[in-house]
Amino acid sequence: MSEIKDTRPALPPLPDDVRSAITELRRHYPTEEALLLPALHFAQKHWGGWLPEEAILGVADELNLAPAKVFGVITFYDLFHQSPVGRHRVRVCTNLSCALRGGNEILEAVKKHLNVAENEVSADGRCSVVGFECLGACEQAPMMMVDDDYHPHLTPDSASRILEELD
Amino acid sequence: MAFEAVLLRRSSGATALEVPVGLKEYRADGGYEGLEKALSVGPEEVIEEVKASGLRGRGGAGFPAAVKWSFIPKSDNKPKYLVCNADESEPGTFKDRLLIETDPHQLIEGCAICCYAVGAHTCYIYIRGEYVRQAEILETAIRQAYDAGVLGDSVLKSGFKLDMRVHRGAGAYICGEETGMLESLEGRRGQPRVKPPFPAIVGAFGAPTVINNVETLCNVPHIMTRGADWFSEIGTDERNTGPKLYCISGHVERPGVYEFPIGVTLNGLLEAAGGVLGGRPLKAFIPGGASAPILSAEQSHVPMDFDSLAKAGSMLGSAAVVVMDDTTCLVRAVYRLAKFFAHESCGQCTPCREGTNWSQMVLGRIESGNGRPEDPELLLRMTGNMSGTALCALSDACVGPVRSLVQNFRPEIEEHITSGRCPLPYRSVFGKTAGTGH
Ligand SMILES: Cc1cc2nc3c(=O)[nH]c(=O)nc-3n(C[C@H](O)[C@H](O)[C@H](O)COP(=O)(O)O)c2cc1C
Ligand code: SF4
Ligand code: FES
Repeated sequence: MSEIKDTRPALPPLPDDVRSAITELRRHYPTEEALLLPALHFAQKHWGGWLPEEAILGVADELNLAPAKVFGVITFYDLFHQSPVGRHRVRVCTNLSCALRGGNEILEAVKKHLNVAENEVSADGRCSVVGFECLGACEQAPMMMVDDDYHPHLTPDSASRILEELD
Repeated sequence: MAFEAVLLRRSSGATALEVPVGLKEYRADGGYEGLEKALSVGPEEVIEEVKASGLRGRGGAGFPAAVKWSFIPKSDNKPKYLVCNADESEPGTFKDRLLIETDPHQLIEGCAICCYAVGAHTCYIYIRGEYVRQAEILETAIRQAYDAGVLGDSVLKSGFKLDMRVHRGAGAYICGEETGMLESLEGRRGQPRVKPPFPAIVGAFGAPTVINNVETLCNVPHIMTRGADWFSEIGTDERNTGPKLYCISGHVERPGVYEFPIGVTLNGLLEAAGGVLGGRPLKAFIPGGASAPILSAEQSHVPMDFDSLAKAGSMLGSAAVVVMDDTTCLVRAVYRLAKFFAHESCGQCTPCREGTNWSQMVLGRIESGNGRPEDPELLLRMTGNMSGTALCALSDACVGPVRSLVQNFRPEIEEHITSGRCPLPYRSVFGKTAGTGH
């Protein structure tokens, strides 16, 4: 019986920072699989906010998981992205408490300011924006999240100013 | 006697990302004395004390905390876990965020006491992925606790070993459901499991597991230091005890987290929060987050505790109070919530997957002026099919607001349908441009 040969090109190794972050976590979890969400967070950070195929396959390989399984997990969660995003990720809350205070207008203003539709990257590659579900900061309505930070009590003007100040 | 804030005693009730209470400050204020007490009286006594306090879960379902703890098998040779639910994704809810931001050691102490009581040597705090800064604050506090010997190989020199980790989610409401959370923790899609077996028997990694909400656990140190009697005297009655955090948002002058004895009325809460925004009349309110049936202004005198709200046809849920003034279109409000549930349904169960989408679709057409005369009945029939027919409570969560709209505010729906348009004037505070919700 002849052996079935894996003809796929060899994967580039996971970057050291991602691999060592994963290794550091191992002793805290009883299974490899449980490292998947943390590993994807590390990888996404390394790759600038999204997960190119090499990142996904690299993580699957590192944790000994089927790639299909890892793809399935990524598509389940709103914070993992499989296509390029802007250098800054803008998430504008449009759920009820924010909507009652103008959240939809903030989203419109941000889209207009960047001249993009939702999930599009601005022409200069700086920002991508999306209307988001409740971010757990309804007392700050209307609010948005830019990368890892919350911005409270927005007006269309103040939201645009915050975007202006990003690099 | 004026009520003294307990859970928020070290914070002003405002966000304090820059200056969370540190370990030194926490200990100087009596922090970790509850843990010391617990370690000195033994696990059984801790469970008895918490049981006697009447503490019910603050995450939504209101299950007695210590009863849940007592389900954990006593055998010592198998691993056991505590998973603290810091997923906080119920729209309108932001109390757990504040507890973590302002006073992280209070939560760590509560987790440690619970672990000791049930014999768990590992605690994961599952925090929603969006709470990046909050996860960092917790990690810093946990590091302080390790360095001071509060966590690690011998908790406060007791010989009890405890490892505590912050585990970040990645943006999915369903991971707040306890078994969805376990699936997610184990590295999978957050799709809820069939129960039984319950997590107390087969939980994280197949082992017995306690799952409690952040606020539930934050109450525990205070019960240990002040006693069950102190706790059970606060609140409406013996089934609704203790201090409670209420999140108030929407059309209100000073939105925020307010601590009251459980059972404050909307009127009482509004008074603390400066009243309805701009002094406008109140139209309706949600007492317990997006999953709670919507109540009308006439019910603003109902004590907001587990049983009184259930009797009034709604629920305390996560105590997320959303205030809506007289200009609010309730069809649009509920449409937005249905859209949320449709987006967040994990898709395993047909009634939930289809029902949440249909709810969104039918409400959308009513709001845009294309409603049909049979739509109110259609909504009732559909939601009837979504109740108690699915694996987890998300399906019923969508039923809550949708059914209450038809039952409590039917004339507003009918006006939409007969006039072929939204009867309320356009107002920028709830604009016409609905986001796609991602
Ligand atoms: C769809 C859904 C979402 C939930 N989200 C949360 C949540 O974000 N936080 C939480 O503590 N409980 C949430 N729960 C309730 C949990 O399943 C569980 O009952 C709770 O964490 C138990 O803790 P407690 O007994 O301390 O309240 C949710 C339940 C459902 C059905
Ligand atoms: S009720 Fe909905 S969210 Fe819950 S398991 Fe079924 S499909 Fe998933
Ligand atoms: S509704 Fe916007 S943060 Fe909650």
